[in-house]
Amino acid sequence: MGSILVELWAFMRERKKFWLLPILIMMVIFGGLIVLTKGSAIAPFVYTLF
Amino acid sequence: MRVLGISAFYHDSAAALIADGRLVGAAQEERFTRKKHDSGFPQNAVQYCLDEAGIKLADVDYVAFYDKPFLKFERLLETYLAYAPRGFQSFRMAMPLWLKEKLFQKMLLRDEMKRWQPDFDWNKRLLFGEHHQSHAASAFFPSPYEEAAVLCMDGVGEWATTSLAWGQGNKLEMLKEIHFPHSLGLLYSAFTYYTGFKVNSGEYKVMGLAPYGEPKFKDTILKHIVDLKEDGTFRLDQSYFDYCTGLRMTNEKFGELFGGKPRKSEELLTQHHMDLAASVQAVTEEIVLRLARSVKKDAGAKNICLAGGVALNCVANGKLLRENLFDGIWVQPAAGDAGGAVGAAFAAYHGYLGQARKLNGHLDGMAGSYLGPEFADDEIEKRLTAAGARFTKLGRAEIIERTAQALADEKAVGWMQGRMEFGPRSLGARSILGDARSPTMQKTLNLKVKYRESFRPFAPAVLREDVGRYFDIKTDSPYMLMVAPVNEDRRRAMSAAEQALFGIDKLNVPRSDIPAVTHVDYSARVQTVHKEINAAFHDLLSSFKAKTGCSVVVNTSFNVRGEPIVCTPEDAFRCFMGSEIDVLVVGSCFLRKEDQDPALKLDYKNAFELD
Repeated sequence: MGSILVELWAFMRERKKFWLLPILIMMVIFGGLIVLTKGSAIAPFVYTLF
Repeated sequence: MRVLGISAFYHDSAAALIADGRLVGAAQEERFTRKKHDSGFPQNAVQYCLDEAGIKLADVDYVAFYDKPFLKFERLLETYLAYAPRGFQSFRMAMPLWLKEKLFQKMLLRDEMKRWQPDFDWNKRLLFGEHHQSHAASAFFPSPYEEAAVLCMDGVGEWATTSLAWGQGNKLEMLKEIHFPHSLGLLYSAFTYYTGFKVNSGEYKVMGLAPYGEPKFKDTILKHIVDLKEDGTFRLDQSYFDYCTGLRMTNEKFGELFGGKPRKSEELLTQHHMDLAASVQAVTEEIVLRLARSVKKDAGAKNICLAGGVALNCVANGKLLRENLFDGIWVQPAAGDAGGAVGAAFAAYHGYLGQARKLNGHLDGMAGSYLGPEFADDEIEKRLTAAGARFTKLGRAEIIERTAQALADEKAVGWMQGRMEFGPRSLGARSILGDARSPTMQKTLNLKVKYRESFRPFAPAVLREDVGRYFDIKTDSPYMLMVAPVNEDRRRAMSAAEQALFGIDKLNVPRSDIPAVTHVDYSARVQTVHKEINAAFHDLLSSFKAKTGCSVVVNTSFNVRGEPIVCTPEDAFRCFMGSEIDVLVVGSCFLRKEDQDPALKLDYKNAFELD
C-alpha cells in the first residue's frame, strides 16, 4: 500500500496535478471502507471506459 | 535483448515476446482459456511465448505493459468531476473496481511475475507505455517502412482516442492527439449499442450490416453529433451520449434524433437499423479519409501505418486504399488491444532501450501474424487419438490433394496447420474453408457451421498472383484488412425484387461467380495468400485452382459464434464434432465426419455465450 502512495505522489508531481490529492485522500478512506466491508467490485457495462 | 509485452485487465489480454528485434511469439489469452475476450493476466500466453523462445522469465530483460493505469485513473476522476453530480451511479460502480484492483496493476503484474521468478526485483524491469504509444509502435515497428506516418484510432485508452505519430528508423514520435470524450471508436460503439449489438465486440457486425442500408442519417450525424473539421479532427456533442456519466452509450436525446429507443438484442433488425449502420459507417469513412488527407498534406508522408480498434474497419481501410494517397498502407493485424502487447514490447525495445531496427525487405515483421503455438505431427496424432478421433495420416502432397478435392466437392473444411494466428482474423492456420463458387456455401456455413447471424458475409482467401482476376485491388492484403470490390465482369446484377430481400435471403442471391464471398454491395474482405508467408495454404489454393480453375476459397475463423478461435488439435476436434464441418485437417491428419464415433458428437450450438 505504501509503495502505491509513493507512486501516486510521483505521478501527481510529474503531471502537476496536485489538486487530485484531496480526492485521492478521500479515495483511500473510501477504498479502505470497501476493503473492510468487502463490497463487491463489479465492472460497469461499458467496460471500454474503465 | 528480450522484451515481453503484455496487454491485460480490460479486454483481449495478450502477450508478445521480442528477442533481438524479432517478434518470436504472440498470442491472446482467450485462445488458451477458451473464454472470449479474456481480460485476466495472460499467464498462458506468457508461458507460451517463453516456451516458443525456449527461455525462462529470468532471461527476459524487461516486461512492458501496454498502458498507464494512473493516467487512466486521472482521466476517470477528471471526467467524473467535470460532469458531477451527474455520473454518481457510474462513479459508485467504477471506483470500487479501481480501488480494489485496477489502481494496483503494477503490483498485480509484479506479483504475477514473482510467481515465475520470485528472486527478481521486478520494479526495475517493469515498463509502462501509453496506450496509443503502444498502438502506434505496433503499427510502425513491424511495418515494412523505414519512415511512415502512424494514425491510431480507437475507443479510448488513457486520454487519447485518435493520435498521429511519425516513425523513422527506430524512433517514434507522437505528434498530435484527440482526447476523450471525443472518440471515433466510441461514436461507432454508440451506434453498435443503439442498433442492439454488444459494445466492444459487435462493431464488426455493424460494419457487415451497413451495405444493406442507405446512409440516410449521415448528414444528421454530422449536423447534430459530430463537429467534423476539414482536417478530420472532430468533437462529439456529449449531450447525445451517456458514456461519460452513465452505464449506457447513448441517451434519450440520441434516441429522439434517430427515432426511438435502442434496439434490444433479440429484436428484429429493420431497414432503419441498416440505414443507421450505413450512416455511421459513412461518417467513419469520412473522418478516416479526412484525417489521412491531412496527414498526407501536413506531413508529406509516403506511407501510412494504422492501428487501434477503428483500424479493423476494413471497409474504411479499403476506401483509404482506393484514394491512392499513399504509396503504402500497412495495418497492424492485431489492431485492437491485443496488439498493444506487441506495441508495448516494440516501444520498449526501440524507444526506451534504443535498439536498432532492421527491415526485412518487402516483408513485414509480423510473419503473416502466424505467431502462435503449433503442434508437431506426432503430437497431433497423440492428442487426436486421446480425444477419440478417427483419422488417416497422409503425406503433405496427399493432404493438399484430398483437402482441395473436399473443397471442390463443396464440403465445409476445418483447416488447422502450423502456427496459430495472432489477432482477430483467421488467415489459413485456424480456418474453416469452403468453395467460394458454391451458391449454397454461405447459407451452410452461416447456419449449420458457424451458427451466426444470417446477414453476415464471408471473406475470400485468394492466391496473391491471381487477386486482380477477381477483385479491384492491386496491393497485398495478407491480413484480410482491406475490402475491395469484386471485378465488374464477375458480377451479376440483382433484380428489384432481389434487392428488396434481407439477410440470408439477399446473401443467397448469387451476385457474382464467387457468390459465397460477395457481399450485397459487391464488396469482399480480401485475404491475399502468399507462397513465402504460408506455403501450405498457398499450395492448397493452387491445388483447388488446378481442379476447378478458381483461385478463391471462403475463409472464416475456425470457431462457432461466441467461441474463441481454436488453438489446439483438441479444440479443433471439439468444434468439428459440435458443428456440421464435413472434413477436418490437422497437420497431416485427415478426418471425415462420417468416420467419427457418433457418441462423440457435441451440442455446440448453445455452448458459448453469444457475442
